Amino acid sequence: MSFHIKKVFSGLLLGALIVPAFQAQAGISGYWAPIFHEDFEERLPGPEAGDYAGLPINDALRLRGDTWQSGLLNVPEHQCKPHPSTYGFRGIGNLRILEEVDEVSQDLIALHTHIEWQAQKRVIWMDGRDHPGDIEPHTWGGFSTGHFVGDTLVVHTTHLKSGWIRRNGMALSDEATLDEYFFLNDDASLLTHISIVSDPNYLTEPFVRSNGFEWLTRAEMGPYPCRPAIELDREVGEIPHWMINSNEARIGQQEFAERWDIPVEATRGGAITALPEYIDVVRQ
Amino acid sequence: MINKKSNSWNKATNHFHKALGACLLTSALVSGAIAQDMSDVEVKSYHVAGQVWVLTGAGGHVTVQIGDEGVLVVDTQFAETAPKILAEIERLAPGKIIRYVINTHGHGDHTGGNQIIRDAGATIVAGNEARDVTATFEPGAEVIAHENVMLMMATATPEIPFDMWPTEVYIGEQYDLYFNDEPIELLYQGRAHTNGDTIVFFRKSDVISAGDIYPTSGYPFIDESNFGHINGIIDGLNQIIRITVPREQQEGGTMVISSHGRLSDEADVVDYRDMITIIRDRVLYMIDQGMSLNEVLAAQPSRDYDGRYGNGFTSPESFITSVYNTLSE
Repeated sequence: MSFHIKKVFSGLLLGALIVPAFQAQAGISGYWAPIFHEDFEERLPGPEAGDYAGLPINDALRLRGDTWQSGLLNVPEHQCKPHPSTYGFRGIGNLRILEEVDEVSQDLIALHTHIEWQAQKRVIWMDGRDHPGDIEPHTWGGFSTGHFVGDTLVVHTTHLKSGWIRRNGMALSDEATLDEYFFLNDDASLLTHISIVSDPNYLTEPFVRSNGFEWLTRAEMGPYPCRPAIELDREVGEIPHWMINSNEARIGQQEFAERWDIPVEATRGGAITALPEYIDVVRQ
Repeated sequence: MINKKSNSWNKATNHFHKALGACLLTSALVSGAIAQDMSDVEVKSYHVAGQVWVLTGAGGHVTVQIGDEGVLVVDTQFAETAPKILAEIERLAPGKIIRYVINTHGHGDHTGGNQIIRDAGATIVAGNEARDVTATFEPGAEVIAHENVMLMMATATPEIPFDMWPTEVYIGEQYDLYFNDEPIELLYQGRAHTNGDTIVFFRKSDVISAGDIYPTSGYPFIDESNFGHINGIIDGLNQIIRITVPREQQEGGTMVISSHGRLSDEADVVDYRDMITIIRDRVLYMIDQGMSLNEVLAAQPSRDYDGRYGNGFTSPESFITSVYNTLSE
């Protein structure tokens, strides 16, 4: 679900006011199963080529999407890439959140999250440490620091690898940042996750999404070993991509628009396509 | 662009840009003779893995390997910052002697400190030669580079002092060292950023020092006057990808020190390689369509990457021009 930041912040404030203090035994630690009541088509079957609707993208990212070929995922060094934090919490697989505490003081040092699918691991530092310097490596999870505002966990993440916000070439640069809010419902059975992605290179405004998790008493978290395999005979260094203004890219856009009976311009994304009132434009 | 760079980073970057800008204006990119006030440059170190550290400051990053036998230094930044490099090495490895300096190529922001750092070290020589050599002069650390670096520096304008040149050159594809209980491979890159590029692979520490074929801060500079070529840069990036082995989930494992920018692993190099390859393919396609350089520039074939990579030392126009020129040879 994509909508504008002002509305989300209003919702957050309202949520923070009406959500009571968590039960001591609940919190957000434990096991959570993703709920796919939002954006099911995009998240499970996967997005269609040429579908940029609802994304606040600029022309540069539009071009990256137009020239992206799914064959890229078949290149061996791309095969075992996990989802970055900017996407992973939208994916499949149970989520585990564990607390790391100082044994002496019992102060909360960090929250460790683990998503079963692709074994996406992440640390959210809760001890007030600074973010690393510019030279330090970037990771899929990024470097996250968090704190509680009331009962809402607020997280800021930097040092992300180049990632994506939609699995059809909607890329992010390694200068993207992520802000998140995690909060529970009244009986602590549902966890809501709000993510706000910013990228000075590809997004015209912060990209806000929400998704939910349902509490599990217990969950199996299987391993996720991954080793790349050569499935096509390609020359070393061959990178699948379409040329600018290629027919293939146009066909993808056209097919998507025709399948859903929407104008092509609506598929091209941009901040305006995230607004509910844009439906009126589509209907015209 | 979000300006999230620290002050020290900005200062260092500005010095680098100004210094290299001066080099270009005087056609003296190879020369280390750059008069810039670098008194406020701060040299910082970061442990990469195993015995390898990276030092930042002005110019290209300096890679340092430290072990029981002494210190090996890859690239030396500028003469103005070399004393600070030495001070940081002394802090990291008190009392240890610099035995080797390796130049990844011949540009002044990577070789300007050669003489100062060489003079602070000492070469180990053996047999009768040892007595003869040490009786006549202090040889300093051994400075190793590909033969074309020597040629580049020996023919540079303005002239580069002899004491800044390499003292040992290699030819062919590879030169090996075994130092500090670690195999070290110097891998020649052919015509890439220049025609004298070396990447340095520390096999035990599992770290690659990539030199200027991999600057994460922007597009690579293809030094056409020193026989650089876009395809050599791509070949070099693919060689790095062949060497690197990531840990699980395509992260970590072999670490790669970029010349300008941040530390990387294979996935980062893959992302950069993809970008460079895609832009090269687009320009090649346009050349095949009969487009002139001006028409290619007008088509902006790198425009989807310019936001991220177009604000470094190499402008999009400069990069595309060099890609076009070298593919048109």
